[in-house]
Amino acid sequence: MEGMTLIAIVSIITAGVTIALGSIAPALGEGRAVSTALSSLAQQPDAASTITRTLFVGLAMIESIAIYCLVISMILIFANPFWNHVIAQATGK
Amino acid sequence: MRLTPDELVFWRYGFLELNNTIVTTWGLMVVMTFGAWLITRKLVTEVHISRWQGFLEIVVTTIEKQIQEVGLHNPAKYLGFLGTLFLLIAVSNLCAIIPGYEAPTGSLSTTSALAISVFVAVPFFGIAEQGLGGYLKSYLKPTWIMLPFNIISELSRTFALAIRLFGNIMSGTMIVGILLTITPLIFPDFMYLLGLLTGMVQAYIFSILATVYIAAATRTRAA
Repeated sequence: MEGMTLIAIVSIITAGVTIALGSIAPALGEGRAVSTALSSLAQQPDAASTITRTLFVGLAMIESIAIYCLVISMILIFANPFWNHVIAQATGK
Repeated sequence: MRLTPDELVFWRYGFLELNNTIVTTWGLMVVMTFGAWLITRKLVTEVHISRWQGFLEIVVTTIEKQIQEVGLHNPAKYLGFLGTLFLLIAVSNLCAIIPGYEAPTGSLSTTSALAISVFVAVPFFGIAEQGLGGYLKSYLKPTWIMLPFNIISELSRTFALAIRLFGNIMSGTMIVGILLTITPLIFPDFMYLLGLLTGMVQAYIFSILATVYIAAATRTRAA
């Protein structure tokens, strides 16, 4: 199997696996965070603004892990440097 | 399909280039500054104020209250920097409603510049509050063995700020672009709405995280 085909195959498979595996743990973490925030809101409704603000900050930090995986996956599909390199070589020949 | 608005270049001279990101950012800056000047030309303190002045007052007092709630006891000092961060990111994400507009925060250059400005502002405010020795000593807390880890955490949270904002906005526009080729008209609208909501939330997150970092750097530990 030549170099070009191998790069394409590995990039596509890796892009899919990256986003699939990378969104499991952040989703679980966010679920736990929201459920704990809801139960503490039920216990102390007058601290609602502090709890909500802290919840959103925490959710953004957890979400950013999934965003890192999404960015890698997008780069592999749309702005793949290895693919651009072999394409430039193939058209340059 | 363009990954970032950096790739659309209007004019190039040597290594200087005017790309979409730069033009859009300057356009936003001109519009926001001119609009603010127009509204604050005639500020009144009577009971009956114009609705634009009321709107600006709501924005400024809300940001001030948020800064105070995070733990900075003199919000007027930090209001300029943190308020500008929030308003710039919020307006540039909100203007996605305009057709043909590409948000400059969808380019890694803009988000890295904002993250680097936070990276510089944290020691600046920390030294202004605690003095150079006091601020540098805070790196040795809780024990001096933590010094390399404190430095690494400073660098990685700057990196995380840039990538978080870039990833959210870029993936929002990319998803809408891909969906438009598959199922036009209805489903991309929902993703567009989600993108607007995400843009507002990310603007809030960016400025709140900057506030938390500055609060951590300026907090004097009571003996």
